[in-house]
Amino acid sequence: MYSFEPSDEQKLLIETARRFATDELRKAAHEAEEKKEFPLPLINKGWELGILHASIPEAYGGFGERSALTGALAAEEFAYGDLAGAFAIGTPSLFALPILLAGSEEQKKQHLPAVIAAEWKPYTAALVEPAFDFDPNDLKTTAKAEGSDYILTGEKTLVPFAAQAEMMIVFAKLENETKGFIVPKGAAGLQVQEEREKWMGLNALPFHRVKLDGVKVPASNLLPGDFAPVLDASRLAVAAMAVGVAKAAFEYSRDYAKERDVFGVKVAQKQAIAFMFAEMATEIEAIRLLAWEAAWAIDNKKEDASQKAYLALTGAIDMAMMVTDRAVQILGGHGYIRDHPVELWMRNGRGFATFTGLAMV
Amino acid sequence: MIDFEIPEKIAGIRNVVETVAVNMMRPVSRYFDEHEHEIPWDYINFMHTATRAMGGSSMAASEGKKEGPRFGFQRLAVMVEMLSWGDAGIYLDTPGGMLGSAAVSATGTPEQKERFLARFRGEKPTFDAMCMTEPHCGSDTASIRTTAVLDKEKNEWVLNGEKIFVTAGHKALLDSEGFIVVWATIDPSAGRAGMRPFVVEAGTPGCQVTNMEYKMGIRASDTVTVVLQDCRIPFENILGSPEVITEKSSTSFKGAMATFDATRPIVAAQAIGLARATLELLKEMLAERGVTIRYGLPRQKLTSIEKDVIDMEIMLRSAWWLVLKAVWMMDNGKPNALESSMAKVRAGDVVNRITQKAVEIMGPLGYSREYLLEKWFRDAKISDIYEGTGQINRLVVARQLLGYRSSELR
Repeated sequence: MYSFEPSDEQKLLIETARRFATDELRKAAHEAEEKKEFPLPLINKGWELGILHASIPEAYGGFGERSALTGALAAEEFAYGDLAGAFAIGTPSLFALPILLAGSEEQKKQHLPAVIAAEWKPYTAALVEPAFDFDPNDLKTTAKAEGSDYILTGEKTLVPFAAQAEMMIVFAKLENETKGFIVPKGAAGLQVQEEREKWMGLNALPFHRVKLDGVKVPASNLLPGDFAPVLDASRLAVAAMAVGVAKAAFEYSRDYAKERDVFGVKVAQKQAIAFMFAEMATEIEAIRLLAWEAAWAIDNKKEDASQKAYLALTGAIDMAMMVTDRAVQILGGHGYIRDHPVELWMRNGRGFATFTGLAMV
Repeated sequence: MIDFEIPEKIAGIRNVVETVAVNMMRPVSRYFDEHEHEIPWDYINFMHTATRAMGGSSMAASEGKKEGPRFGFQRLAVMVEMLSWGDAGIYLDTPGGMLGSAAVSATGTPEQKERFLARFRGEKPTFDAMCMTEPHCGSDTASIRTTAVLDKEKNEWVLNGEKIFVTAGHKALLDSEGFIVVWATIDPSAGRAGMRPFVVEAGTPGCQVTNMEYKMGIRASDTVTVVLQDCRIPFENILGSPEVITEKSSTSFKGAMATFDATRPIVAAQAIGLARATLELLKEMLAERGVTIRYGLPRQKLTSIEKDVIDMEIMLRSAWWLVLKAVWMMDNGKPNALESSMAKVRAGDVVNRITQKAVEIMGPLGYSREYLLEKWFRDAKISDIYEGTGQINRLVVARQLLGYRSSELR
């Protein structure tokens, strides 16, 4: 039966996440970006909300069951506060969810409890590769079986917290299929570039280039399951976050336009501006519903869940760019100044075309 | 609990309607496009009989049921989407009450609802229509000049004016014992505060159909001009309660707007049905020519056609959920002025972008009248015009978003 109303439990979560996003993340965002550092206490505070913990069953130390929909609702709110903060808090999910979705029973038992310990720890994953035609289903990083080991070779980029991470999942192509491999810190041949990568946005976060020069891992480190649900989880998360960022940009520019005087009226009273808002809000809501549908399809194990997640993200990429661009445009020259957050949101907005692999729900 | 599963009952009706669309609409689509002003009686009679057999007045969404979840508008949206998938023009010939009835439902008293709506349950297919637009004004509805003057002696309203672009007006007034809802002013100096809806029944002296339009698309549907010349109707044909009638307030204008909250998502659903038909046919035609769409690939690896088709899919799907959310809110008694206008904006946009792109992609095959793509391109345009143009709906959306009255955002 159709319904577009979150459950009471989800509403409570949305409210909590939104409060945290508004009161904490949003306030810290500017300084974090400028100082190129996200405060660890704030990451821990977000971590304590227990979004990931609620996705992990009790048997592995958590207290719930994964719901992609609930995760997407939370992801939107976090990103509404600050995208870098949302990514930082969720980084351990990049390690935990592939294990939950594609890992063996032993892998789950061995690794999940450690990840969802009381304190946030930088477990991470390496998916993106430095190529214009990067395709998660056709990776250039390879895995080859050698005796009872796998040899990983390739290059990864955009790996969050790679220099600190205890462990990471490295995605590589094994016999034409993408597979995840658990790679511990300091593995021979694993070269994490010390210098941080520089990006157009997300300067608050440490991203590193990672080279895999014949990294040898035992066969037991291969995640046996399919990659598709992992990719779906990431595409959905990134789509939901795009909605969150877009919503932030919409609201900020709307409030600004209602204050700003022009030709004797408020600038929002001009149709040229008002129409932009109408289109922005419509687009945001349309893509939000598409993301919800994808999440619902994932949770209900619908056959076309992967396609829905793909469509949701593809739509979200354009939507986020359109909305964040207009937010800057509406503020005019002021939008271009870093004192206002809209230019950061626009820089982040373009990134959604590249962010697959940086979040999972 | 968020749920995207179609309710079982609606799914059942949807299947039935699909059979109608496939068997009774598609085969005659081209014929009625090329024989403008002919009426598809086979379809009309079938729909009327089928509806009677199911014991309802089909297209009217209001349900008597007071308890449990309500589905009326959701069911209606799903049916309309499917019928329009069959043929957007023929769909408009569906008997059983459309925009006129919506106005009666939204603004009429219980007595009026019974008096005017009972006819749709009768033996013969019956139609209604809504008359708002005049030669000098369209979206600017508060500027209408058609007047209603009360003749106190005879207790009758005397209507004078000219209404254009009346969808199904011919069928409502001349092909059945239907009615039209005429928006007129009881005080031309009062603007929207003077606007009132009046019911004029078929056969009323002084009410004449003077012109039938020749249109770009939806040619199976008649669009007429109605001239009211000293047209006398009973006092009781003014829609609404007595207070509304005597007080000079904009309550009844708001009534018109409330009608639109209910009807805009339905018109949007019509756009979606047409858009879906187009996308399905496009994919079919491409597949026959060896072009399949590789979902899941990054944009950088897609062909231009694949990108277009995937974008169409995103537009279509997301717009449909906007429509469903708007009607779901309607069914659940939630105010939906914002959502219904958003749905209309988006659907009107989407159907035009999809049909225009589809014709472009198929080249001469798209432009040819051998296929339906070119017809659907023509049919689509009306969705961004009637029941509020894309622009007036953007205004409505923007006012809601920004908290402005119409005087503040003109």
